[in-house]
Amino acid sequence: MLAFNFFGATEGGLFDINATLPLMAIQVVALTYILNSLFFKPVGNVVEKREKFVSNNIIEAKNKLSEVKKLEADLLTQLQSARTEAQRIVSEAEDESDKLYKEALELANNEANASKEKARLEIESQTSAARDQLSKQADDLSELIVNRLILEK
Amino acid sequence: MFFNSLLTNFAALEVGQHLYWKIGNIRLHGQVFLTSWILLGALLVFISLGTKKMENDPKGLQNLLEFLWDYIRDLARTQIGEKVYRDWMPFIGTLFLFVFVSNWGGALIPWRLIKLPSGELGAPTADINTTIALALLVSLSYFYAGLSNKGWRYFEYYVHPTPIMLPFKILEDFTKPLSLSFRLFGNILADELVVGVLVFLVPLILPIPVMFLGLFTSAIQALIFATLAAYYIGEAVEEHH
Repeated sequence: MLAFNFFGATEGGLFDINATLPLMAIQVVALTYILNSLFFKPVGNVVEKREKFVSNNIIEAKNKLSEVKKLEADLLTQLQSARTEAQRIVSEAEDESDKLYKEALELANNEANASKEKARLEIESQTSAARDQLSKQADDLSELIVNRLILEK
Repeated sequence: MFFNSLLTNFAALEVGQHLYWKIGNIRLHGQVFLTSWILLGALLVFISLGTKKMENDPKGLQNLLEFLWDYIRDLARTQIGEKVYRDWMPFIGTLFLFVFVSNWGGALIPWRLIKLPSGELGAPTADINTTIALALLVSLSYFYAGLSNKGWRYFEYYVHPTPIMLPFKILEDFTKPLSLSFRLFGNILADELVVGVLVFLVPLILPIPVMFLGLFTSAIQALIFATLAAYYIGEAVEEHH
């Protein structure tokens, strides 16, 4: 009896296939159209719009980033050249100041040497003059002594 | 004796009894339509609420619906392929939602409390008519997809690696809807029966893990049905080289 209820009964049973089948199929097809206009299309529009927005933003950001990197590299080379330029100027100035210093030093040295030499010569001449005078005075004095001695005798 | 009483108890679950609606000569299983209308109505209300005010920054229900949409798109795209998945996404999604809502609705709502003159309310997918209808729609869809995308070249698929495959491929056109419909029908009916028998025998606590298992099976069956449908369509539109 049970088997009859389960399978193949003319009225009822698990495998009782009837007009429910095509009507259910029509219902599912209708549901597909309803869900398409009610759910898939609107949600898809919103999601895809957002995805487009996000991907556009990402592309834009990437472009900006690459631009920034380019500018950064540009700036870096500029900075580099400015730095070498500055170094060059500094070393040039240093050279020049060195040269000037050396020149000044040399000049001063020369001057000093010259004045030293002059002073030496003067000292020498004065020394010899003094010596001459001294020897002359000694002569005079000796003559005076001699004369006095002669006179006393 | 025991076996006999078990059988009568089993019969008390009213397996294979239907609420017949008669329209002229046509006979319908009323309980299937009743539950499906209630569940689909709930689904449509849910979706209408979620899509009423769509914003670019999704909030609440819209978030859930977008997640669902994304899930269905991924399913359709992986199975059908980038080229034509858009055309079939609503169909695949409807199959998924219909089967899922039917299965879960059948498992979650205590339909048994509502007494019918004959038969009882339950998951629409536990009726063979529903599952065969869905499976035949899938068959029609993949034929239509193949023919509309590739024209007569669709039939190259039947002799694809070698002509030896022809009888098997023809056989497949019959086994595909058969397996689709009977898998879903069998799983959901078996789940309902197991829960029904357990509730009948041990009304407390014991049926709960089986009910959870039933929810799991229900969700998996919805996913399997939609995935297979998408796979068949994808197979039909795939270009052989």
